[in-house]
Formats: sequence, structure tokens, C-alpha cells
Amino acid sequence: MIRFLIKGLLKDRSRSLIPLIVTSFGVMITVVLHSWLTGIMSESLELNANITTGHMKVMTKAYSEVMDLSPLNLSIIGADSLVKGLKKSYAGTDWVKRIRFGGLVDVPDEKGETKAQGPVVGWSLDLLTKGTKEIERFNLKKSLISGSLPKKTDEGLLTDVFAKRYNIGIGDTFLLFSNTFEGSMSFTNFTVAGTIRFGSEAIDRGALIIDIKAAEKSFNMEDSAPEILGFLEHQYDDEKVNLISEDFNSLYRNNDDEFRPYMIRMRDQNDMGSIIDYSQAIGTLMVAIFVGAMSVVLWNAGLLGGLRRYSEFGIRLAMGEEKIAIYKSLIYEAILIGLIGSITGTISGLGISYYLQEKGIDISNLMPNSSILMPQIARANITIAALYIGFIPGLVSTVLGAVISGIGIFKRKTSMLFKELEV
Amino acid sequence: MKLKNHGLSNLLIKRPIIAITLIVLILQCGFIFGQSADDILSKVDLNLSSNNRVFESTMNIIGRRGSRFIKSKTYAEGYKKSFTEYLYPPGDKGTKMLKLEDHLWIYSPSTDRTIQISGHLLRQSLMGSDLSYEEMMEDRKLTEMYKVNIEKKEEIFGRRCYVLYLEAKVEDVAYFTQRMWVDVERFVPLKQELYSKSGKLLKWMKSEKIQKTGERWFPMKVIYKDVMKEGDGTEFEITDIKFNQYITPSIFSKASLKK
Repeated sequence: MIRFLIKGLLKDRSRSLIPLIVTSFGVMITVVLHSWLTGIMSESLELNANITTGHMKVMTKAYSEVMDLSPLNLSIIGADSLVKGLKKSYAGTDWVKRIRFGGLVDVPDEKGETKAQGPVVGWSLDLLTKGTKEIERFNLKKSLISGSLPKKTDEGLLTDVFAKRYNIGIGDTFLLFSNTFEGSMSFTNFTVAGTIRFGSEAIDRGALIIDIKAAEKSFNMEDSAPEILGFLEHQYDDEKVNLISEDFNSLYRNNDDEFRPYMIRMRDQNDMGSIIDYSQAIGTLMVAIFVGAMSVVLWNAGLLGGLRRYSEFGIRLAMGEEKIAIYKSLIYEAILIGLIGSITGTISGLGISYYLQEKGIDISNLMPNSSILMPQIARANITIAALYIGFIPGLVSTVLGAVISGIGIFKRKTSMLFKELEV
Repeated sequence: MKLKNHGLSNLLIKRPIIAITLIVLILQCGFIFGQSADDILSKVDLNLSSNNRVFESTMNIIGRRGSRFIKSKTYAEGYKKSFTEYLYPPGDKGTKMLKLEDHLWIYSPSTDRTIQISGHLLRQSLMGSDLSYEEMMEDRKLTEMYKVNIEKKEEIFGRRCYVLYLEAKVEDVAYFTQRMWVDVERFVPLKQELYSKSGKLLKWMKSEKIQKTGERWFPMKVIYKDVMKEGDGTEFEITDIKFNQYITPSIFSKASLKK
């Protein structure tokens, strides 16, 4: 039966070619779009997590209420032991201290007085410990425009735009004027190890990266940190993060101290919740769009096919074939077309997605003045879902089209066949 | 208005002497009232401002995590020249600040660097306190900066006070308006509320330990509270003050920062 149907489909291409192309193309588009959107959303989420939010973040309760101001004086005291405890309690996670600060970078003249000066936002992260993941999280190697990464605590990275604007070169010394943990003035000399470019205008205008140990010394923050960022082993997982944060916060439920440690999730920060929800809804959205749109297209294709094959069905009915048998053969044909179209569509979609995953598309020029953190190279991300996200709707919608359009067969009257066939 | 004008013109015709006397009295009252508001502010300036002064002060900054104590010595000449050396805590000891006109130089002994700050940065918090660099280092006369009106008389902290409303008449002021409670006998502000141009309260100050120093009354302790800042304010206390002393001119030079 199947062989018979395949033979029919192959020999009468007008019966199968258009539905096959439509299904295959639709499935391919779905797979590519899904992988592309998943890629952009997850890269964007990971970029924000790596630089700002972490997958989760521990801070004092008092700090959490004014965290946008990054007040150093509300930092966690005893941060080192807390980091150790977190690593031990939640296996497979990584926890790092971060100090975000603001300050003035002051470039001296030959007399040691101010030659140029500009405001910077700063991050201090673990740059020097062997095996640190922080360099990768900040994408520092790829962001490096000139020079090298810091090798000593008194070296720092300045954004290229800032360095050019204030005429600071590799090896030049500058002074960071900021505030200590207590609020006193902090003065620290640094040497420019390299210049970087993140691709976000807001950050590139003036940013400084220094080692966490240097910041601890400059701001009198040994064993303290305003924020401890937590990262899961792989990508952000809402369920895992919820479990960890609920478990951690339950330890301090009966503690009223405003400086008690408090964990917040990535979705609780910078309006990331809606982005996470959106990224999780992409699959459903894609299926809904595909099934809706493709069903209409294939239904129409089926109807057209039905009309075109009006005579064929008439002859078959006249020859005594049961209506249900014709209807079944139509559905079997649709299953075959759906299967072949979905397989070819999924394979070609995966191929294009793989190319976009590996090569990506440079979108930095599209957002030259962007103030939000977005990846410079947009890439697709092939997930397991890409294997079925187009395949199932492709098959279902083809069959659905045939099921609906084939109903017309039962409306044919045998008594009218000869008249219809003009015999 | 028509009725009033009609009445006044009737009075002028029928009782010219009474009418003229009334007009003169009204005008005089306004004049005296205006004068007295300016007088009060001038007397405040006489108490608070000086040609030069040398003082030692302490700052107790009361934050959410406890308080911090800072000790310094300041030399000031007019409101354009000022030099401060920090004496305590050890971490800040030796830090010096020199303010000339609108520029401030800060010397840090730990890095042996002098940095210059100016513009809006002078209105930033000084050492994490509720005072700005300007407030710590400036002694500009209020009469030069503000026009003044008396709002009412009121008793605060057990003292009768004029409540003055000050509005800036020059551009370069940190606070566009102020409400000031001035002791009617000593002409020292006991309380000040400082507002932005939009009318938002930015800071308040309360004076304590009002002492007679020579011919003037002077608040030896002022509590500052920047309402935009967390914490319970900063207690600024002058432990020793000398007015109109001779100050070596070289103090107000950049060379003195590294000495």
C-alpha cells in the first residue's frame, strides 16, 4: 500500500511537489527561527548574567533594597567564608565576589598633577587566580583591542573609547579616585595593561576592569563584597535557581538583621523576568504560529489538490472504491508528504542554524548607541527542541490539511458521477 | 480694584492729610520690613563670615553601620581660598585639600598624587559625610547670594526665631532657596532647610553649642542631614576657631599640599 502510494506521489509530481515544498520550507523556517531566537535570547541572558546579574546573586538585605546605587557600605562582611559555604552547599555551581564601583580616572602630567580626568564605571573581578572563569564571562580576551590582560593587581583594563579620549596608552599610569567601604576617599595608582571594547556605548564610554584583590585593597574591603554572583554549570535554569534561592533564604528566614545575606534570582533583577519568560515561551510561540499558518496554507493546498483531483476521485468512486478508502489513501499520502517534508525541512533548517551558530551575524553596527547589554555577534543556538519544533507541526498540519480538505469526498453522490464525469 | 481706587481718590480729595499720612505709613512699613530682613541676614553674615579664620574641627558621620570620626584643620581666607589638612583617622591622615576659586586640589600621601576636581563634583559628598566639599571649604556671605524675606516669627529649640525665606539672586549656588530660623537675639541660624529649584528639600542643618567668640555668636556644632543620603547625618563640630588671624599666603598654594 505504502509502496503504491509512494509510486503515485513520485509519478504524479503535481500531486506531491507543492505540498512537499511548502511543508519542507515551513519546517525549515520554524527550525531556523527557533534556533535563532533561542540563540539571541540565551546569549543575551547569559551576557547579562555574566556581567551584571549572575544566575543568582547574594547580597545583604539592606543592599538589595538599594542595589541600583551599589552602596559599598552595605556589603557582606565575611564574604570569603560565605563563598566557600555556597560552593559546598550547592554542588556544580560557581560563586564569585564582585565589586562594582564608580570613580574618576585621573591621568597625571609630568608633575603628577591632573592632565585629564573622566568618570568611569568599574568592575573588579577575579582576573588573576589560575583557572578563573571571570575572564571568559566578561569575554575579555575577545574584547581586547590593544595590550594584554592584567598580570598584576596594579594593572587595569580601560575601555578603548575612554583611553583614546583621554589619550592614555598601554603602560601609562593613572589614578583611580573613588570611595572606600566606609565612605572615605580612595586613591589608587594603576597601570594600563590593555584596552577593551564591549560593544555597548553606555559601557564603552568609560569603564575600568581591575582585579578583585586590587579593589579589596583600594576600598578597604578585604573579606567583604557587595555582591556574590552565582552561576549554574550550564545555562540559566529557572527551576534550579528557584530551588537554590528558596533553600538559601530559608536559612535566614527568622533573622531580622538588615545585613543578613539574601539571595535574589536573575529574574528579580533589571526586568530580566520578562525576558526569561519570553525566551521560555519561544517554543510554544513558534509551534502556534507554524501550525496556524501552515494549516491554512496546506489546507488550501489540499483543497486545490482536491479540486484538481476531482475527476480522479470521481473515477475511483465510479470504479467502486469506497469513499473511506479514498479518504484514507489521501491521509496516508499526506502523512508521507508530511514525513518527507518535515525530515528535509528539519535537516535543512538544522544546517542553516548550525551555520548561524558557528559563524553568527555581526549586529554591532545595528545598535551603535545601544545602552543595553546585547551580544555583538548574534548566533543561533541549536537545542534538542529544534529536532521536533518544526517536525511535529509540519507533519500535523499537512495531515490536518488533508483531513479537512478530504471531507469533500464524502459529499460526492454516486448517482451524479457519470454526469460530473461527462461520460 | 476700581472701588478701592475710587475710595482712595475720594479720600485724597476729601481728607488729603490723612490719605498722604496713610500712604507714607504703608510705604515706610514695607521699607522697614524689607530692611529688617536684609538687616537680619547681614547680622547673620557678621556672625558667621569673616575675612579669614583658622579652625580645627571634627566630623562624626553617622551611617547605617555605625559612625566614623574625622578630624581636620582648616585655614580659610574669604570664601575663595581654603586649605584643609586631615589629621584623623590614620587612613586619611595627611590628605590635604586646597580650594582656590572654583577649583579644588586634593593631595593623597599614599599615592603622592594631586588631583584637581571642579564643577559639579564640588557639590559631592565630602568623605562620605552629609557635607559637600563646597560647604566644608566655603564661607560665602549669604547677603551676596540670596534675597531674603521674613515669613514669620516662631519658637524652636526654646528660642524665638525669625523664619527667613532666602531665594538665590546669583546662578552659582548649590541650593536655590533656603528657609532659615534665625535667633532673634543672637542672629545665628538655629535651623536651615535647603531646597532645590523645584522646591525639593535636599538638606537640613541644625546648629547647637552657640558660643560667644569675641564680638560674634557662632555655632560650634552643626548637624547636617542630606535627605538624599542614607544614615543619620553628620555632626560637624568646631573644637577650636580663631577669626581674622594672619595666615601665611604660601598656605594657599599647590606647593603646600606636598609639604
